Amino acid sequence: MEKGKAVVGFGRRWAVEFTDSSAALSARDIPDPPGFSRASQDQDDSSVSRQKKDAEVNWKTQKAWEVAQAPFKNLMMMGFMMWMAGSTVHLFSIGITFSALWQPISALQGVGKVFEPYKDGKVELLGPKLLFIALNLGGLALGIWKLNTLGLLPTNASDWVSSLPPAQEVEYSGGGIPLY
Amino acid sequence: MPTPIISLPLSLSLRTQIRQFSASQEIEGARSPPQAMAARVLSFYLLLFLSIAQLGVSLYEDQVGLMDWHQRYIGKVKHAVFHTQRSGRKRVMVSTEQNVIASLDLRHGDIFWRRVLGANDSVDGIELAFGKYVISLSSAGGTLRAWNLPDGQMVWETSLQGSKPSKAFLLVPTNLKVDKDNLVLAFGGGCLVAVSSIDGEMLWKKDFAAESLEVQQVVQSPGSDVIYVLGFVGSTQFDIYQINGKNGEVIHHETSNYAGGFSRNTLIVSDDVLVALDVTGSILITVNFQGGKVRIDDKPISDLVGYYSGQVELLALRLGRMFALKAHQHIALISVTNEGKLEVAEKVNSAAAISDALPFSEGQLAVARVHHEDNKVQLTVKLGNDWSTNLLDETVKIDGQRGLVQKVFINNYIRTDRSHGFRALVVMEDHSLLLVQQGEIVWTREDGLASVLDVTTTELPVEKDGVSVSKVEQNLFDWLKGHVLKLKGTLMLATPDDMVAIQAMRLKSSEKSKMTRDHNGFRKLLIVLTQARKLYALHTGDGRIIWSLLIGSLRKSDACGHPVGLRVYPWQVPHHHAMDENPSVLVVGRCQLSQDAPGILSFVDAYTGSEIESSGPVHDVLQVIPLPFTDSTEQRLHLLIDTKQRGHLYPRSREALGIFQQKSSNIYWYSIETGNGIIRGYAIKGSCIHEDSDDFCFEPRDLWSVVFPGESEKIISMATPKLNEVVHTQAKVMVEQDLMYKYISKNLLFVATASPKASHGIGSATPEEASLVVYLIDTVTGRVFYRMTHQGCQAPVHAVFSENWVIYHYFNLRAHRYEMSVIEIYDQSRADNKDVLKLVVGKHNLTVPTSSYSRPEIVAKSQSYFFTHSVKAITVTLTAKGITSKQMLIGTIGDQVLALDKRYLDPRRSLNPSQAEKEEGVIPLTDSLPVIPQSYLTHALKVEGLRDVITVPAKLESTTLVFAYGVDLFFTRLAPSRTYDSLTEDFSYALLLLTIVALVAAIVVTWIWSERKELQEKWR
Repeated sequence: MEKGKAVVGFGRRWAVEFTDSSAALSARDIPDPPGFSRASQDQDDSSVSRQKKDAEVNWKTQKAWEVAQAPFKNLMMMGFMMWMAGSTVHLFSIGITFSALWQPISALQGVGKVFEPYKDGKVELLGPKLLFIALNLGGLALGIWKLNTLGLLPTNASDWVSSLPPAQEVEYSGGGIPLY
Repeated sequence: MPTPIISLPLSLSLRTQIRQFSASQEIEGARSPPQAMAARVLSFYLLLFLSIAQLGVSLYEDQVGLMDWHQRYIGKVKHAVFHTQRSGRKRVMVSTEQNVIASLDLRHGDIFWRRVLGANDSVDGIELAFGKYVISLSSAGGTLRAWNLPDGQMVWETSLQGSKPSKAFLLVPTNLKVDKDNLVLAFGGGCLVAVSSIDGEMLWKKDFAAESLEVQQVVQSPGSDVIYVLGFVGSTQFDIYQINGKNGEVIHHETSNYAGGFSRNTLIVSDDVLVALDVTGSILITVNFQGGKVRIDDKPISDLVGYYSGQVELLALRLGRMFALKAHQHIALISVTNEGKLEVAEKVNSAAAISDALPFSEGQLAVARVHHEDNKVQLTVKLGNDWSTNLLDETVKIDGQRGLVQKVFINNYIRTDRSHGFRALVVMEDHSLLLVQQGEIVWTREDGLASVLDVTTTELPVEKDGVSVSKVEQNLFDWLKGHVLKLKGTLMLATPDDMVAIQAMRLKSSEKSKMTRDHNGFRKLLIVLTQARKLYALHTGDGRIIWSLLIGSLRKSDACGHPVGLRVYPWQVPHHHAMDENPSVLVVGRCQLSQDAPGILSFVDAYTGSEIESSGPVHDVLQVIPLPFTDSTEQRLHLLIDTKQRGHLYPRSREALGIFQQKSSNIYWYSIETGNGIIRGYAIKGSCIHEDSDDFCFEPRDLWSVVFPGESEKIISMATPKLNEVVHTQAKVMVEQDLMYKYISKNLLFVATASPKASHGIGSATPEEASLVVYLIDTVTGRVFYRMTHQGCQAPVHAVFSENWVIYHYFNLRAHRYEMSVIEIYDQSRADNKDVLKLVVGKHNLTVPTSSYSRPEIVAKSQSYFFTHSVKAITVTLTAKGITSKQMLIGTIGDQVLALDKRYLDPRRSLNPSQAEKEEGVIPLTDSLPVIPQSYLTHALKVEGLRDVITVPAKLESTTLVFAYGVDLFFTRLAPSRTYDSLTEDFSYALLLLTIVALVAAIVVTWIWSERKELQEKWR
């Protein structure tokens, strides 16, 4: 990463153009050797590079989908761990639940970064991104569901009422048996 | 010092969680279920904390005395007998008005042994017998007991059944023997009884009640076996019986008449003269019965003492050939000459006290007279035979707060120069006991504290910058040394000597006895009002007396003949000006014991112990109602109800009146007339209309009355919620997140009535006749919320009311066992507040102020359980925020305080609780409540004569302060759900520090290693 940056920073000093397209343009006046057909070569060249590009795009798209599907495995593993942890509150189950919540959240925060290597004008990333987000949201939902099964979510009326102080009374009354 | 480590507001529903937590701790198989949210996390942390902190409702042996103290008292001494033989320990045997017989160390005033008799077993007399027994006569001559002198073991006890109530005398003749067996004579219930001193067997009995003789005196003729029994038949006839002491036969009987009539105030002078007053109380009658012949003389008192007015009284003193007559604020000492003439030897002020005559050498008698001069006390010992001779004349400086001398007992000893010295045991007005010898007070006992009437608490002063507490503060070295010692103890490296040092250090920790407010609120002042009308401030840390005050306005005066103290209330509790204002208390008293006697109010500064102000005698006081309002100086408004049910407002200021009038439409009161079986409710009608009334007086308006049928129900007990109780939540979470709303109201009254026969002691009624009815009454509207009948149950009933429940204790005649019942009440009209969404956005009426007139629907749940103990007092723990679970504190018949968890008295307990119920902490139903030996708060101690237990919340939520009083005082700290919010006292900070240091050192060392290794790797 750093080295790349450094190169960019210094700028290009020199370059060798192997394709030599400018020379070709300037050498248009010079007739081609007999039997040489420029047009076909040109055509050939461009079709090869397009093929190449296509392959790269395909490859990137495929990779992006792979990356997008990666949380699924995670999800399955999490589910298994949660099942193992049981529904009582202890160190293990709390740890797992919180990691199950944390992982999707951190993944969602870094969606852009995950797909950066495959970022290309031509690569369609919306689909993988959506899948990735959906799967992570699924993971998050699983975590929240686990939290709820542990009883740590305020979904019951009792959770909202138990901190309410008793209502004040309008009247005040005192008295009793006469003092002796 | 425990340090709070959880801040409480963090918790959403700590209460439930604590309950669950303690459930999972104590009850097998109960594990935390999925429940409230924060609860889980918190209980997890709690577990962590508790694994660090020491668990414990019960105590370890070495924790005794760390946070509790116990003080032993005997009460106001009424008889004293000295036992000062040449060798061995010198002691004085005393009996007191609190029915205690005790043997005190004459050197230090410590208690050698002490026996507390029952509440109705008052001591009539004690005597030393034959150098090895203490004989006591009690219960108006009903019980005669012999106690072993050295250790107080009871040797024998004889019950004397008399035929009718009478005076009681105890006579231990020195030379009356039957077959080498010494006799003890006791008179009581109209019968003279001779009892063997060896085994207490009754040898003979002579009944005088049959001859309608009212016996006044029983004396032994000196040097013979003849016993004289003197008494009156009717009001004019004087009878004298001579009885053979060996077999109880009447030797001689003579009667004579005196037309003027006798009053019942008589006195024996010099073995053969009886002095009495006539019916009018103006003529002195001397009855000479020498040799069985009766000669009656009379003399007007005015001839002897000159002009006097008011009542005349013969003081019950044995002064040889003298007697003391109290008339017109003077005591006249009158001697009887051999010819039977009366001569006044001396007249002293009635504030003086005179001792019995003490024979100290051949035929010589010594009499002590104590009187006050300014703030000093003059002790004079005079020769009884020759009143002008002073054997001793000493001036002793006695604390002015002890009041006047009430009684004096003297004892003689031989000085090194062979002369006679005297020591005096002095009983003061505040019931304290002093030993005076050679002009010095040798020791003092604060026995006024044996008769506590009422208790309140105040906070200590806030620690100020200027105030130096360095005297009690340790220096750093000591602190370090202490912690190193503790650490050694923790690591089990300490030697036995170290252990002793550690224990001593813990016990006299200066932290607990400081005179400033502490963070946890453990240090407070207990303001105690005693029967002697003295106010004491006790420090909760170690029980020492900070100040004491004999309340000036409650002392005997012309306007007030027999003042009594009633109650003490917190009057002013400064919060805003806590730095520069002192709290004060209100002491309410009366001029006489009767209810319509004028009242006396006294306001006392709680820090300095000085009376700020007093008013009285004022109107009579039947009830004192502290109102929930304070004025700008933070004085609490009080409404004092008089016998006409008029309300009198205090403090008497315009401002207070303004506040009161604003709220007066919502102020109600009620009075329970136990005699008539009526409860009446009142409201304010308007200002008083009778003459000499002021603006602060309010007329009552009759609102309601509850009348119990007199032939079937008699009010025997009542309970109300405590005014200062804080309730944390109004909801109760049941199984499966179900909600119940508690009906919480301070305006509730629990009343228990019993059928008239069943309202007396157990055994007075058959199960068919007995029934007990309990009521829950709203005291604003008079509405009866709940009524329940217990057939076959009876008094005594002890009840306690807290939050939304009442627990009461009574006797079940059918089961022959005591029972405890619980009633929990819930508000059905709030039950449909169950929509989460509405609750989240706050659309509910749960916090809207409620009125008793809104007719709430009440649902009650109740359940009864057997309980093995009979109960003297019952109370409940109070905590600062009401979050901590509750425990019942039960004063048992064995004078101990037992803690019983409220969960045992849960009406939801069933035989087979469901899994969810179990998880919630519902205990399976058992028919009786368990008595867990470890949950006695008083551990190995006894609070003799226990009368009441009070609880005061500390600032630390988990902890409550408990004060139990009777003849003894006992104070401790209690954490019903354990100290979940603090580290325990003996938490080893040194160990923590050491661990941290070791960890840091380990980190540094490993870091250096790793650096070094990395360097080597790089060079490779």
